[in-house]
Amino acid sequence: MPEELLKGFWRENPVFVQALGMCPTLAVTNSAINALVMGLATTVVLIASGAVISTIRQRIPKQARIATFILIIATFVTCVDYGIQALDISLHAALGAFISLIVVNCLILGRMETFASKQPFLPTLFDGLGMGGGFTLALLCLGSVREILGAGSLFGIQLLPAGFEPWVVMLLPSGGFFVLALWVLVFNRLRQPNPTGAAETRGAI
Amino acid sequence: MDASLASVFVNACLVNNFVLAYFLGICPFLGVSGRVDTAMRMGGAVTFVMLVASVCAFGIHRLLILIGAPYLELISFIVVIASAVQLVEMFVRRTSPTLFRALGVYLPLITTNCAILGLAVFQTNRGYDFPHALAYALGAGAGFSLALLLISGIRERLALRAVPDIAQGLAITLVVAGILSLAFMGFAGMGSAP
Repeated sequence: MPEELLKGFWRENPVFVQALGMCPTLAVTNSAINALVMGLATTVVLIASGAVISTIRQRIPKQARIATFILIIATFVTCVDYGIQALDISLHAALGAFISLIVVNCLILGRMETFASKQPFLPTLFDGLGMGGGFTLALLCLGSVREILGAGSLFGIQLLPAGFEPWVVMLLPSGGFFVLALWVLVFNRLRQPNPTGAAETRGAI
Repeated sequence: MDASLASVFVNACLVNNFVLAYFLGICPFLGVSGRVDTAMRMGGAVTFVMLVASVCAFGIHRLLILIGAPYLELISFIVVIASAVQLVEMFVRRTSPTLFRALGVYLPLITTNCAILGLAVFQTNRGYDFPHALAYALGAGAGFSLALLLISGIRERLALRAVPDIAQGLAITLVVAGILSLAFMGFAGMGSAP
């Protein structure tokens, strides 16, 4: 069971290793708080739809499964969308249409197809939690780097001295591509077979 | 909405390019951009689905307002898009089996292409009327094809160069995309502001 939970964070990290769900990863990570909310919203949808789908998996006809998955996912996304709107309207405005676009996050459909539709309830729950956690972690990695370099702050708290000239490019779309490329490089380096004991670390995790 | 049709088109195509400014449709952008001709056809297929989705989204939005059920919007959009993609898939399989094989899994995956659902959501949020919605869909499709064409051209050249092992694949493509995105920022200010 801990295996299902932990694989999403490192070995099968959805963003850095599987390259799934790239659109929200790049689009909403211009500040750490946006990244966190987006990650949590995706995790909620992942867990909720995974729970439903693994419960009714024997009743879903094989030909219509993708359509069924998408309908279930869309239902939960609508709930999350209205939920965020009720909690914090300015946050909802900052994330814009990207909350609705959780429906087409390939990460979610991918997990439903490869995991939730084949596994019983509990492992699916852990899988959703792990994958969602790994996704949130990746988003936070991007969001914090972009916010620190682009605005000199983290979660809205000023970190760098006032004399720091912000790198505006980090907040712009191209900054997203560059920071993600760097994180992918870092991950590739860490995952390379054992030049500096990386393999042992991976085993320990 | 008094912006002219042309400015809506230019805006969606260049200034706020769906791929390079809004990060919509990144998966096919990274996935099928290995060769120029495949990329072109993918662009064509996506543009067509965008047009269909735009017309449908316009109708659905009006209908749901009429019956007072706006919370059904997202679900109806995705169902309509999925059916449109199914239609395109059947059409492509009949007319060009080679293209069908070249596009592979990315053809059904147009359903989960955020660019299409994004288009439907954006045009609804901005309250475009029918001609503007069509211009917006055409512009978005053209912009998507343009971005796909550019990156596939660069990647064809890149395949012949010595890229460090560690940067192979995803990382180098992302760097190239970042530079492209920087270049597209030069268009800022053309067309109408969103």
